[in-house]
Amino acid sequence: MSSDVNVKLDALPGADPNALPLQVKDLHVEFRTRNGIAHAVNGVSFDLRAGETRAILGESGCGKSVTAQAIMGILDSPPGFVTGGEILYRGVDLLKLPESERRKVRANRIAMIFQDALSALNPVFTVGFQLAELFRKHRGMSRQDAKARAVELLDLVKIPAAKQRVNDYPHQFSGGMRQRVMIAMALALDPEVLIADEPTTALDVTVQAQIMALLAELQRERNMGLVLITHDMGVVADVADRISVMYAGRVIEEAGVNDIYASPAHPYTKGLLESIPRLDLKGQELSAIKGLPPALTNIPPGCAFNPRCRYAQEVCRKDPAPPLYQVSPSRTAACHFWKEVKGDE
Amino acid sequence: MSDLVLETKNLVKHFPLTRGVVFKKQYGAVRAVDGVNLELRRGETLGIVGESGCGKSTLARMLVGLETPTSGDLFVQGKNMSKVGGEERRRGRRNIQLVMQDPYTSLNPRMTVGDIIGEPFQVHPDVVPKSQRRGKVQELLELVGLNPEHINRYPHQFSGGQRQRIGIARALALNPEIILCDEPVSALDVSIQAQVINLLEKLQNELGLSYIFIAHDLSVVRHIADRVAVMYLGKIVEVGTEDEIYESPTHPYTQALLSAVPVPDPTLRGQRDQIVLTGDVPSPADPPSGCRFRTRCWKAQDICAEQEPLLQIRDKSGHPSACHFAEVRDVVHATE
Repeated sequence: MSSDVNVKLDALPGADPNALPLQVKDLHVEFRTRNGIAHAVNGVSFDLRAGETRAILGESGCGKSVTAQAIMGILDSPPGFVTGGEILYRGVDLLKLPESERRKVRANRIAMIFQDALSALNPVFTVGFQLAELFRKHRGMSRQDAKARAVELLDLVKIPAAKQRVNDYPHQFSGGMRQRVMIAMALALDPEVLIADEPTTALDVTVQAQIMALLAELQRERNMGLVLITHDMGVVADVADRISVMYAGRVIEEAGVNDIYASPAHPYTKGLLESIPRLDLKGQELSAIKGLPPALTNIPPGCAFNPRCRYAQEVCRKDPAPPLYQVSPSRTAACHFWKEVKGDE
Repeated sequence: MSDLVLETKNLVKHFPLTRGVVFKKQYGAVRAVDGVNLELRRGETLGIVGESGCGKSTLARMLVGLETPTSGDLFVQGKNMSKVGGEERRRGRRNIQLVMQDPYTSLNPRMTVGDIIGEPFQVHPDVVPKSQRRGKVQELLELVGLNPEHINRYPHQFSGGQRQRIGIARALALNPEIILCDEPVSALDVSIQAQVINLLEKLQNELGLSYIFIAHDLSVVRHIADRVAVMYLGKIVEVGTEDEIYESPTHPYTQALLSAVPVPDPTLRGQRDQIVLTGDVPSPADPPSGCRFRTRCWKAQDICAEQEPLLQIRDKSGHPSACHFAEVRDVVHATE
C-alpha cells in the first residue's frame, strides 16, 4: 500500500506515530431541533489501542451511533453539532482539521461499516465500481487496476466467484453478502481503526456468526482497532476486550469484558444483564428495568438513570451527575453507590 | 382431545411466480410453507423459530386468516376453518388474534388509541354492547399496564414498548383463546423487551391464553415457550419440548442455529463448539431435492439428496426430527 497519504498525515499538527490510533476525549454533540436542544452525547471519552476491540453498548437513543458519526465526521449538520471535546487519531485532533484534510483520514485511516448495508450501498452502481472508486479517488489508480483490487477484496471477504460478482448490483446480494461487501469497502484502504455500527443486527444468527468470525479474522491479520457499537450483549461477550456502556449520552461504566459481566458496578449495566432471559430463570418473571430512557431534550438532573434506578437516593437526583468513580485501576463507573451495586451479588 | 385448541394438517402456501401480462403463465412457485403440522394445546406456548425467509411469518398469516392456504387444513377448536364459511368462520377467527412485529407501522397514526383497540368491536359487534365499549377499552388499557386516561391519545405519543402494549390490548379485545405473536419484541430494546415478555406471561396466567410465539431470538423463545418448532425453508425440521430442543437437539440445523447464538458470558469465549454454517438459505422457489438443509449440512450424504427425511422420532431422544442421521450432539447453550 502506498503511503503518500500517511506522509501528509504525519505533517499534521500534533501528529505522533506512537500515540493511540483513536482517543475520544470529553466529546459533546447536540442536535438543535424545533423542540429544543437534544443533548445526544454529553462528555464521552474512550481510548482504543491497536488490535483492541472496544464495544460501545447501549440502547437506542443513548448516543452510541452519534458518537460514531462524530468520529467519522459524517454527522448531519445542521441539526447536529459537535460542541466540545477532542477526537484524536494518533495525536491529531480531527475536529480541528479542515474538511479537505479530514477526508484523507476518513476511509483511509478510520473506516466505518453500517447496520443496513442495502441503504449504505449505492443501488445504481455495481459493487465493483463502488469498491474501485475508493482506489481511484484515494490512491489515484487506473480503472483497470482498481477493478482488479476490487476483485481481490471480494475474495478477501470470502464472496464466492468474486470475479463474476464484482459486476453485480447491491440488490443481487443477500443480506450477509452485502454486509461482506461493506466490510470489503471499509477495509479497502487498510485502515487502522474500524468502526462497526450494529454490523449484524439486521442479520440472522447463523449469518451473524459468519460475519463476526470474518471480522475477527481480518482484525487479527491487520492488528486493527475495532469499535463495535451494539446493543447485543451476547455479541459483546463474544468479541469485545473493553466495554463502554452508554446511557443518555454518557459513558456510565467502562471496564474489561470479564469485569462487566461478572460484577457490574452500575445499576443500569446490572439491569441490562438481568433482563437477558436465562436458563435458571425459566418460568420466572424477568427483572425488567422499569420505565423508559429519558428524552434527550429533557435529561433529568443528577444521574440520568435515577428515575429508573432501585438504588437511587436524594444525592442521585441532584446535579452534578455522578462522576466516573475509579472502581479498580482498570475500570470506572458513574454511580455514587457503585460499591453497593457491585457488592450485593 | 378437547385440549387441542389449534391444529394444522399439512398446511401449504405456495406463491405463484408468473410471467407475462396479458397471457399470464405460471412458471414456478415460491414454496413459502410446504406441509406444516402443528398442534397447540390450551394454556400452552408454542415457539416457532427459524431464520428470515423460512416461512414463519407466512405460517402466522395463514393461522389468523390473512392468507388462504394453498392446501391443507387448519382446525381451530376442532372446526376446520377451510371448510366452514360465513358466520362460523368469523367466530372461529375471533378466537385467534395477532400481535405484530413492528409497533410503529402496525398502528394507524390517525386513529386514537381508543379507536384502535375498539376497532375489533366494529367487526364483531356482539362481543361488547356499544354502550360499554369505551369502558372495555379502558379496562384493556389497564390490563396491559397503560394509563386508561390516555384513551384519546395517538400512537406517536407513546414509546415503542407502550405501542407494543397497545397492540397486545387490541389483540385481547375480543377475548380470544389463542394469541399469535409474530416477533413481538424484536423491535424493542432489551430492557423494554423484558417488560413486554413479563406482560405476556402475566396475561397468559390470568386469562389462560394459548400462545404461538414466533421469534428469531432463541433465548427469548426458550424463556417463554413450552414447546418449540424449528422451521427451515417452509418445513418444520424438529419439534419438541423446550428442554428437548435446547438440551438435546438432533437435527443438524437446530444444532447449528443454537451454536450460533452468542452467549452473554465472556468466560465461555473460545470454549464453545460453534458450528459456522457456510452459505445462505437456498431460494424457496427452487428448494434442494430431498432434505432441504443438505446444501449447508456437514452430515449430508447421497441419501439426503434422494429421499426427503420425514419428521419422525428416530432415536432415544424421543422427539420428532427430520434428519436421516438425527443424533444428539453436545453444544454449549445460549442461555446457560
